Amino acid sequence: MPNAHKKPARKLQSPSPASGRGGRGEGGLYRSPIFWLLLGATLLLPFVTDALLGRGWVRIADFAMLYIMLALGLNIVVGYAGLLDLGYIAFFAVGAYCYALCGSPHLALAFPQAFPDGVHLPFWAILPLAALLAGGCGVLLGAPTLRLRGDYLAIVTLGFGEIIRIFMNNLNAPVNLTNGPQGISRIDPISVAGTSLNATHELFGITLPSVHLYFYLFLAFTLLVVFVSQRLEKSRIGRGWMAIREDEIAASAMGINTRNLKLLAFAMGAMFGGVSGTLFAGFQGFVSPESFSLMESIMVLCMVVLGGMGNIAGVIIGGLVLALLPEVLRHSVVPLQQALFGKTIIDPESLRMLLFGAALIVMMLYRPAGMLPSRVRRRELGNEETTGEASVYDAAH
Amino acid sequence: MEIFLQQIINGLVQGSVYALVALGYTMVYGILGLINFAHGEVVMIGAMLAMSVLTALLGWGVPPMPALLLAILLAMAGCMALGYSIERVAYRPLRHAPRLAPLITAIGVSIVLQNLAMMIWGREYHAFPQLGANIPHVIGGAIISDIQIIIFVLALVIMAGLLVVVHRTRLGRAMRAVAENQHAAQLMGVDINRVISLTFMLGSALAAIAGLMVSANYGLAHYYMGFLLGLKAFTAAVLGGIGNLRGAMLGGLLLGLIESLGAGYIGDLTGGFLGSHYQDVFAFFVLITVLVFRPSGLLGERVAERA
Amino acid sequence: MLAMSLVGCGKSAPEQAAASGELIVRIGAVAPLTGPQAHLGKDNENGTRMAIDDANAKGIVIGGRKVRFELVSEDDQADPKTGTIVAQKLADSKVSGVIGHLNSGTTIPAAKIYSDNGIPQISPSATAVAYTAQGFNTTFRVMANDAQQGQVLGQYAAKNLGAKKIAIIDDRTAYGQGLADEFAKAVQASGAQIVAREYTSDKAVDFTAVLTAVKGKQPDLLFYGGMDAQSGPMAKQIKALALNLKFMSGDGGYTPEFIKLAGDAAEGTYASLPGVPLDKMPGGKAFADRFVAKYQPIQLYAPYCYDAVNVMIAAMQKADSVEPAKYLPALVGISHDGVTAKIQFDAKGDLKGGAVTVYQVQQGKWQPLQTLGAEAATALALK
Repeated sequence: MPNAHKKPARKLQSPSPASGRGGRGEGGLYRSPIFWLLLGATLLLPFVTDALLGRGWVRIADFAMLYIMLALGLNIVVGYAGLLDLGYIAFFAVGAYCYALCGSPHLALAFPQAFPDGVHLPFWAILPLAALLAGGCGVLLGAPTLRLRGDYLAIVTLGFGEIIRIFMNNLNAPVNLTNGPQGISRIDPISVAGTSLNATHELFGITLPSVHLYFYLFLAFTLLVVFVSQRLEKSRIGRGWMAIREDEIAASAMGINTRNLKLLAFAMGAMFGGVSGTLFAGFQGFVSPESFSLMESIMVLCMVVLGGMGNIAGVIIGGLVLALLPEVLRHSVVPLQQALFGKTIIDPESLRMLLFGAALIVMMLYRPAGMLPSRVRRRELGNEETTGEASVYDAAH
Repeated sequence: MEIFLQQIINGLVQGSVYALVALGYTMVYGILGLINFAHGEVVMIGAMLAMSVLTALLGWGVPPMPALLLAILLAMAGCMALGYSIERVAYRPLRHAPRLAPLITAIGVSIVLQNLAMMIWGREYHAFPQLGANIPHVIGGAIISDIQIIIFVLALVIMAGLLVVVHRTRLGRAMRAVAENQHAAQLMGVDINRVISLTFMLGSALAAIAGLMVSANYGLAHYYMGFLLGLKAFTAAVLGGIGNLRGAMLGGLLLGLIESLGAGYIGDLTGGFLGSHYQDVFAFFVLITVLVFRPSGLLGERVAERA
Repeated sequence: MLAMSLVGCGKSAPEQAAASGELIVRIGAVAPLTGPQAHLGKDNENGTRMAIDDANAKGIVIGGRKVRFELVSEDDQADPKTGTIVAQKLADSKVSGVIGHLNSGTTIPAAKIYSDNGIPQISPSATAVAYTAQGFNTTFRVMANDAQQGQVLGQYAAKNLGAKKIAIIDDRTAYGQGLADEFAKAVQASGAQIVAREYTSDKAVDFTAVLTAVKGKQPDLLFYGGMDAQSGPMAKQIKALALNLKFMSGDGGYTPEFIKLAGDAAEGTYASLPGVPLDKMPGGKAFADRFVAKYQPIQLYAPYCYDAVNVMIAAMQKADSVEPAKYLPALVGISHDGVTAKIQFDAKGDLKGGAVTVYQVQQGKWQPLQTLGAEAATALALK
C-alpha cells in the first residue's frame, strides 16, 4: 500500500471546484490510498460476487466494464471536446465485427479459395487492427461534420451509427461479408499467452472460471483506458479539446487547430470503442447487428452525462450504475413486491423498465451536472445559438 | 409512369405523417432549444387514447363522426395534461442545468411512458377501428385514399395555424420573446413558465392529432410505435432546420419523398447492388449532404424567426 | 434490504428438499417480456407455465420422489447481451433445463452458456439453422428450422399455388431473412421466377414504397418473411394499392393479430406453421381450449413451449433422473407425442421430420389447407 497523502481522497471522491484543473505532474490518483483500495477490492470482486451472488453477477460485471470503456471513449468526444455523438455504438460494432471476421470460420463462406478455414488471427494481432479501423471510421465521421454543431451534429452522428448498422445487417449479399442479420457465430475465444480464456484454469490452486478470466482481462483494459484518458485530459491535446468545447471560435483564435483536434477526438473516442467491441466479440463468441442499435448509443451517452461529463471517475460511476441498475432491478422487483404486498402485483418486467426510466429522471433532477461533475463546471456543447441564453442561465443562478 | 406517380404520393403521405410529428418537435425546440425526445411517446399515448375511446364509443353504438370528434378531443386533452406534467416534472427543474441533462430526463420519460402504456394497454398490437369506407381515388393510375388526403391537408393546415399563432397572437409574441431571450422576456413582464407550459400543451395536442392520424392510416396502435416515429420526425425537423415551422413541414415531406423514392428506385439506380434495405442509408446520406452544405438545415438560417 | 434480496435469489441447491419431501425441479423460460416483441414473449411464458402446472397437477414421480416443477422466467429483451446475462443467471439458479429463447439472435450466444453448464436447452421458436450447428450437444428445438420451412413454402407457392412470378420481401431480421432466403432457393429450384426482392424493417408500418416497386414487376405471389405486426398492415396496404396477387407469409404471420390488423384484407392470404394443426393432434384441441380459458388467445409459439416442457419432462421420466447429465441422453433419443407434432430429434437436435402446415384465412379465420410431407422437406433441407 503506497504512502498516504495529505488530501488524496478528494481527487477521486469529490473534486473541489476551487482546485482547478490539477497540476500535470501531480498524478494524485495513483497516490491516493482510496484508488489502491478500490483496485484491490476490484481484484477480489469476481470471487466475492461468485460466492455471494452467483456467477451471473461476474458476467454482469464483465459487461459493466465493457460499458465503462465505451463511456470513457465517448467521454473524450462529448465530455472533453463537447461534440454530441449519438452514433457512438458504431465504433463498438466496427471493433466487434473486425474481431468476428478475423477470428472465426465465417470468411470461408465468402472466400473459400483464399481462406478455406476462415481467418484465425491471434487476439493481439486483431486488437490494433480493430482499433485502427475504428479510429479510421471516427475520422470518416468527423471529416464531413466539422462545421456542424449541437443538435445538427447529433443527428448526423445518429445517422452514421445507423448507416454502419444497416451495412452490417445487409452485407450478406452479393458477397457474404457479415452474414447479415444472422450474425457471425463460432468466434474464437480470446487467448492470452497461449491460454484460452474460454476454459476454466487452475492457478496456484485457485480455480479461475472463464468469466473470471475475462473479468481480469477487461479490468486491465479498463485501467489502460482510464490511464490514457487521464493523460489525455491533462495534456496539451486535452486542454485544446476543452478550449474547443468552451468556445470554438476563441480556441481557433488562440491558434488551436480546431479541425485536427476535433478529428483526433473522434478518432481517439472511436479507438476506445473499437477496443471494447473487440473484447465484446471475443467474450460473446457471437455478434449480430441487434447488439448495436441506437438505444445502445443512447445508453452510453446516458452513462457519460449521468456520471458527470468530462470527469473520469464520474463517467466510471455512471457506467457502473446504468449497467448494473437494470440487473439489480431484475433481481429485486419480485422479492420487493412480495415483501411489500405479499404477492407479485405488477408484471415484474414492465415494472423493472419503468423504475429504470424513473431512476434516470430522478438522478438527473437531483444531480443535474451528473453524479460526480467535472471540476470545472461548464456548459457543454458551446452552441452558438444558445450561448446567449446560457449566460442568462448563469446570471439567474 | 403511374408507378412513379404512386411513389410520389406514397412519399407525400409518409412525409405528412413525419411533418405532423416534426411540427411538435420543432415548436418546443424553437422556444426552449430543447430536443423533447419524449415527443414520440406522447404521440403514441395520443394514438392509444384515441383508439381506446373510439373503440369504446363505437362499441356503444355511437355514430362514427361524433365518436371520432370525441376521441380527438379526449386524446388531445389527455396529451395536453401529459405534456404539461412532463414539462413540470422532467424539464422545468433542469432549465438552468447543463444542456444535456434534460436529454437524459427525456429518455427517462420515454422509457416510463412506454412501459406505462405496456401495463395499461398490454403488449399486443391493437387494430385501430376503421372509420367509414375510406374510398380509394385513382389519379393517373395512382391510388390515394381519403384518410391520406386528410393527413396531407391536415399537416398543411396545422402548420399554417401554428404560423398564425406564433406570428399573430399575443401568446405567439410571448413565445417568440421567450425564444429570443428568456431573461429579457421575463423583465418585460412575460410569464415564461406559463408560456413554456402552453407551448408544451400545444405541442402535445398536436401529438395527439398526429397519433390519431398515424394510427388511422396504418390501422394499428402499439406501445412501441412512438420510438421510430419520433426518430424519423426528429430527422425531418433537423433536415428542414430545427426550430423552424416551415422547415419541419418541408423536412417531413422531403424525408418521406426521399424514403419512398429511395426504396423504389435505389435498386435500379445502383444496378441492383443496393436494394430497398439501404433506404435509410440513402435518407441519411441525403441528410448529411444537405447539412454539409447548409449546416443548420434547409430553412434554419433565419435564427430570429425560429419558433 | 435490496442486498438481502439479491443474496436470497442467487444460490439454491439443485435438488432442494421442500418441507413435504418433494423434489423441486427448476425449469427456466426465457423470452423478451419487454420491448416490441413482448406479446410473443409472454405467450411463450404462458405456454411454458401451463405445461409446468399440468405436470405438477399430475404428480410426477422421478427417482422414487414426487417432483414439483418450478418456473424461473426471465426477460432477455430480445438483446443478445442480455440473453447471455439471463442465461448465466439461470445457470446460477441451477435450472435443470431451459425453454428458450424466442429469437435466434439471443438463442445462439446463450446456447454456449447452457452448453458450458451442461443444461439442456429446447428452443420453441428459434429457427436459424446456425443455432443447432454450433456443435453443442445441449441444443434442441421443437420447431422446424428456416431451411425446413422455407423449402416447403417455396415448393407450395410454385407448385400448389402455381405462381410463376414471385416477389419476396423480408424484414432484415435473422428470422425474416433466413426464411426468405430459403424460400427463394426453393422457388428457384421449382422453376418459378423471382421478379422482385425487396426489404423493410421489423419496426416499419409503411410499406407503400416497396409494395409500389413490387407492383411494377407484376408478380402473382408475394412472400413476406417477418412477423404479424408488419404482415398485417402490409396486407392492408396491398389491398389499398390494388396489387393483384396472392400474399403469403411464414409462421410469423400465422396469428390472430394478423387477421385483426389486416382487417378484411386478410381474407384469402396464406401463412404456414410448422407441425400439424392443433385440432388434428391428440390433445391439441383440449390444450388450445384450456390455454384460451386460462390466459388469452394463443399468439404463436405457446403450443411449442408446452411441447418443449413436456418433452423435457418425458426425458426426465425416461432416465428416471432430473440431473441434466443423466437425462440428456434420454432427450436425444426421445419420441414424444406433442400437441404440435410427434417430436423426435435428429443428431444436431433439430426436429426430425419437420412437417409444415399451410393455412389460409377463410371467413376471418385461419383454416388449414394442407400439411406438407415431412420426408420431402428433410430431404431438401439436408441438401
